[in-house]
Amino acid sequence: MNRVKLLKILSYISAFFVLASFSLLIGFIFVKGAPSIKLSLFFGDTNPWQAIIGARPVWNGIWPAFVGTLYLILLTMLISLIPGIGCGIYLARYAEGKSKEVLSLAVDLLASVPSIVVGLFGFVLILLLRHTIAPNATTCIILASFCLAILVMPALVVTTRSSIESLPEALLMTGASLGFTETQLLRHILIPAAGKGILGGIMLAMGRAAEDTAVIMLTGVVVNSGLPAGPTAKFEAIPFLIYYTSAQYIDRDDLLRGFGAAVILLILSAGLLFIASRLQSTMEKRWKGAK
Amino acid sequence: MAALFVFITVYALDGLIKSPASLLGSIWNPEGKEFGILPMIWASAILSLSASVIGWVFALGCSCFIHGYGSKRLARILSNVLRIMTAIPTVVYGFASVFLLVPLIRNGFGGSGFSWLTASIVLSLMILPTMVLAMDSAFRTIESETEITSAALGLTKEQNLALVVLPTSKKWILSSALLGFGRASGDTLIPTMLAGNAVQYAISPLDAMRTLTAHIGLVLSSDVGGTAYYSLFVAGGILLFVSVTANIIFRMIRGRSHE
Repeated sequence: MNRVKLLKILSYISAFFVLASFSLLIGFIFVKGAPSIKLSLFFGDTNPWQAIIGARPVWNGIWPAFVGTLYLILLTMLISLIPGIGCGIYLARYAEGKSKEVLSLAVDLLASVPSIVVGLFGFVLILLLRHTIAPNATTCIILASFCLAILVMPALVVTTRSSIESLPEALLMTGASLGFTETQLLRHILIPAAGKGILGGIMLAMGRAAEDTAVIMLTGVVVNSGLPAGPTAKFEAIPFLIYYTSAQYIDRDDLLRGFGAAVILLILSAGLLFIASRLQSTMEKRWKGAK
Repeated sequence: MAALFVFITVYALDGLIKSPASLLGSIWNPEGKEFGILPMIWASAILSLSASVIGWVFALGCSCFIHGYGSKRLARILSNVLRIMTAIPTVVYGFASVFLLVPLIRNGFGGSGFSWLTASIVLSLMILPTMVLAMDSAFRTIESETEITSAALGLTKEQNLALVVLPTSKKWILSSALLGFGRASGDTLIPTMLAGNAVQYAISPLDAMRTLTAHIGLVLSSDVGGTAYYSLFVAGGILLFVSVTANIIFRMIRGRSHE
């Protein structure tokens, strides 16, 4: 029974290691960052209201980065929602045989592409545009969103597909007994029933778009641009601000701002994950009895 | 999406053909027109290897803890913590470690603190949840199949796990290591922030290193320009190749154990 004992020791050590380093890490961030979470973290010395309507630029606050991140999430979702969910539905209901296999392999592979390579792709795209149709093209927020959309699309496809496929057989029968066509079945029965699962996938995708740094690093994020001026402008974003602070902070205030931004980003992505898992578990419960 | 593969591959091959000798050399010296990326390939390889080994061992321990070795309450806490950990942005891991782990390593072991060791510890922590989730789902399936039989044989839950479930799910456990390796080799922020970024062959765990991912990020965000770009496309091509290969092998192992 030596093996059992050895495994037991290992399991206790690892559980301790994970719990300890997790609490140390999060505790550290919160203890350092929590005191700096107040209005001036966002707006610095600028009047908050004037900053929000954009009348005055914010120099020593994270507001521009915060707005930049929100814009990024929004644009990314706009670009990726329809192809992502559409592809998920197609895989779950329409695709058959060879094409299903190939497509799901493609989605899997895309999911495993490192984010820096996706960023590099965006960069190459700009180089190509410069050589062909738009000599002035440069990295910007719309390009960053496009690349983020490529990055989060697999998550959307997979969650949409699995939430539709996990629905009970009885629902399909209902559709058939009502004489529904495939489109009607999807539109009136399957999509509403799987809605929460799909929504959960959207939240997960938003979380990934919010936290990713490698992609935006190559596609136009900068440190001091103020609020994004348009779809082809440079922008700021919270993850990059954190990264930049860790390497280039000048004084204590800078550092504290970095910690504050880290807490905000942590709350943002943990919150999105929480909502996503809530949605998915309520959906699971709803259909558990029906199987 | 196919475009992504084509683009990167074409540019990578292009780069390889145009300047094959200096690219695969080991000297990085943009002024001297030498763009060797071998040290970075080495760095990427050993860093992801060490991180996935550390992460894999701990992930195995955690999965066992969740499946019967720890008390029920602690096990639930652990699995919740692991789920939250999947949501922690890598940049936050990096940021916290720069101010927490780096001074610790610097004071404890000497050196600058930005090293192979630091990066692999944090990286292993980052890839751990993914591996635990993969192992956990395998354990759960097999446990539900063998539970009653092994209870009838008089095995305790712990014995069942160690003697029946573990050997049966060997392939899954190994393939989850591959999953971790894929993620570790693709991560950019942790090596950039923690590994020191010096272009050299890191031998000791306290040496600084620059990985392929960090290389792409650093060069592009500092705009070296010109021929240096080719090295980036080659680096990107290698990363793409590694992630795709890891994924395909992972699918093959999983597909076979399904049958």
